[in-house]
Amino acid sequence: MDLASPSLPTETAPGRTIDGPATGAKLPAHPRFLRSAALRFAAVYALLFGLSALALAFFLWWETVGLLDRETDTAIAADVQGLAQRWQEGGLPALVITIENRLAENVADNAIYLLVDPGMRRIVGNLASWPTGLPAHRAWAELPIERAGIRSLARVRTFTLPGSFHLLVGRDVQVRAELRDLLTGALLWALLVVLVLGLAGAIVIRSLFRRALANVSTTAAAISAGDLSQRVRITGRGDEFDRLSETINEMLERISRLMDGVRQVSNAIAHDLRTPITRARARLEDAALHANTEADLRAAIERATADLDGIVAVFQALLRIAEIEAGARRSAFAAFDATPMLAGLVDLYSAPAEESGLSLVLACPERLPLFGDRELIQQAIANLLDNALKFSPAGGLVRLSAASGLGTVTITVADHGPGIPVADRARATERFFRGEAARNTPGAGLGLALVQAVGQLHGGTLTLADNAPGLAAMLHLPGAVESAHHAAAADA
Amino acid sequence: MRILLVEDDKDVAGFVVKGLRESGHVVEHADNGRDGLFLAVSESFDAIVLDRMLPGGIDGLRILETLRSQHNTVPVLFLSALGQVDDRVVGLKAGGDDYLTKPFAFAELLARVEALTRRGKGEGPATKLVVGDLEMDLLSRSVRRAGQKIDLQPREFLLLEYLMRHAGQVVTRTMLLEGVWDYHFDPQTNVIDVHVSRLRQKVDKPFAGPLIHTVRNAGYMLRADAA
Repeated sequence: MDLASPSLPTETAPGRTIDGPATGAKLPAHPRFLRSAALRFAAVYALLFGLSALALAFFLWWETVGLLDRETDTAIAADVQGLAQRWQEGGLPALVITIENRLAENVADNAIYLLVDPGMRRIVGNLASWPTGLPAHRAWAELPIERAGIRSLARVRTFTLPGSFHLLVGRDVQVRAELRDLLTGALLWALLVVLVLGLAGAIVIRSLFRRALANVSTTAAAISAGDLSQRVRITGRGDEFDRLSETINEMLERISRLMDGVRQVSNAIAHDLRTPITRARARLEDAALHANTEADLRAAIERATADLDGIVAVFQALLRIAEIEAGARRSAFAAFDATPMLAGLVDLYSAPAEESGLSLVLACPERLPLFGDRELIQQAIANLLDNALKFSPAGGLVRLSAASGLGTVTITVADHGPGIPVADRARATERFFRGEAARNTPGAGLGLALVQAVGQLHGGTLTLADNAPGLAAMLHLPGAVESAHHAAAADA
Repeated sequence: MRILLVEDDKDVAGFVVKGLRESGHVVEHADNGRDGLFLAVSESFDAIVLDRMLPGGIDGLRILETLRSQHNTVPVLFLSALGQVDDRVVGLKAGGDDYLTKPFAFAELLARVEALTRRGKGEGPATKLVVGDLEMDLLSRSVRRAGQKIDLQPREFLLLEYLMRHAGQVVTRTMLLEGVWDYHFDPQTNVIDVHVSRLRQKVDKPFAGPLIHTVRNAGYMLRADAA
C-alpha cells in the first residue's frame, strides 16, 4: 500500500495523531473528561461532601419532625387506652362523660374526640361529623378537618366499640405541619448551598491537585524534550509530594549518571580505540604493500591479530565497567568470607611476583565476612595486584592487607613503586587515564576505573593514598551485615 | 570426531569449518537455527558448536533446550557475541558445557571443543593418571616421574592434574585460569605462564625429555613424546 502511493503516509499521519493516542483506544469505557485524575478526586470530594450533608439533614429531620410525630402518636395511644378503660368500667355513659371532661380540660385546644352511634350520628366530640372516607375501625390517618370554622390538619385514630359505636381520637397537628414545611424548605435551601459548596470545594481540590502535579509534569516534559538538567522543585514542606519529587530527582540523577557513562564510553571508543585500530590497520596495509616474503606477511598478520586482541580486551573491559556501573550485577550478591579469596589471589600472583624479584605478603584476619559479588571483588583486587606488580621496582614489597572495623572492610594493596602524584589521583580512576609513570608500561588505563566501579556497586569507595614511597590503593567496602541492609534497601 | 557447527556468519563458519577439518575432524555446518536443530536431533555428533543468535526463528538456546529435553547429552559449546556475565550464566544454565565469546582465537575454540569431547566420554572417577613416565596418584596426592617422587605445592598439583587430564590436547591459558583457579577474567600479567614455568622446573627439568610443551599462539600441551 505504501509502495503504491508514497504520498499517502504523510497525508494520513496527522490524522492519526489527532484522533488517537493509543491509550485512548485502550480506555474506551471512560469518557475523556473522566480521565482527569484531578477531576476524579474533585468528584469524589463533592460526592462525599453531599452524602455527609444528606446524612446530617436526615438526622436533623428525624430528631425534630420525627420526634414530634412520635410524641403525637404516643399521646393518642395513651388517650385511647384511657378511654378504653372508661368504656370497660362504665360503658357508654362513662365514656361520654370522660370525653366531655377531657375536652373541657383541653387547654391547648389540640385534642380531637368524636363518638358516633351506629348511624354515624354524633354523640359527643368537637368534630361536627365523621370525616368522609375515613375507615371506621382501627385506622391511622392524617386528614384535613374543620373545627369551629377553622381549617386545620389532624392526626387521628379510629375504633369501633361494641354495639357499633365508633370512636375517633386525634390531635390537631397544624402547628407541627407548619414546622415541617419550614424545616423542609430550610433543608432544601441548605442542600442547594451544599451543592454549591461541594462544587466550589471540588474546584479548589482539583486546582490544588493540578498545582502539585504541574511541578512534576513540567519537569518531565522538559526532560523528554531533551533538557536533562531539569529537576523537580522541592517545596520544602516535606509532604508526600516533596517525597515523590525527591524520589524522581534521585532517579533523574541516576539516569544522567548513566548517560554520562555512556557518553564517556562512546568518547573513549572514538578516541582511545582509534590509536590501536590505526596501528593494526597500518600494519596490515604495510604488509600488503611492502612484504617481500611470506614470512614477513605472516609476521605482520600475527602482529595485527595481536593488536586486534588487545582492542578486544579493551572493549571487554569497557563493557564490563559499563555493566558494573549500570548496577545490573547486584543479583549475584551474596555473603562470603573474603579471606580464602584473598589467599587465592596471593597464591596466583606470588609466582609472577617472585619472578620479578618482588615479595607479595598477605595480612588479613582469620575471617573477613563480606556481602557482595565475590567474582567482581576478586577481579578488582586482581587489578590492584596487577598494577602493584607492574609498577614495583625489583626487590620491592607488595602488601595485600585487609581489616574490618566500624562496619567497613578495607582491603589495601600497597606497593613501593612510583605512586601517583597527588594532582593525578582524582583522575586516576577515569577511563583511559594513564599517569606519567605508566607511559612505558603496557595497559589501557582501565584497571582502576573497574575497581572504582566495583566499589561503587557495593556502596563503597576506592581511595588512593601515598605509601611513602609508592601507592596504597584502599578499597573500602561495607561490612557483611550493613551491606545486606544496603542491598535490601536498594532492592526495595 | 563428528562436530556440528551452527553459525550463520559465512566467514566465521568457513574459517571454523576449515580449521576443524584441518585438525582431523568431520564437520557438518548449518547456517540457521531450523537446519541446525534438525541436524542436531536427527544425527549423532561428538560435539556441537552453537551460535546463540541465529536466523530462522530458532536460536541457539532453543536448540540446546530441545536437545536437553530429549535427554541428548551431546557436549555443546556456545560461541556467542553475547558476552556479558549474565549471558554466560544463562547459556551454562540451559545445559551448555562451555561458553566462548566472540571474537575468539581459533586455537582457543579448538582446544575447548577437544576438551569437551574428552569430558563427554565420561572417564569415571579415576584414581591414577599416567602420561609417559609421569604418574599421579589422586588418592595419596603424590606425583612420581620415572619412579622418583616430585614434591608439588597444592596449586601446582591441581595445575598438573588438569594438564594430565587433558593430555595430548591443547590447553589454553584461559582454560587453565578457569579450570584450576576458577577465575573468569583475564589478568593482564602473564600469571599462567609463570605458574607453568615453575611446574616445568619440577616436572621436566630434572628429567630426560620434556612433557609440558608450549603450543605457539595457543597454550600448553602435556604429552609423552613418542621417543
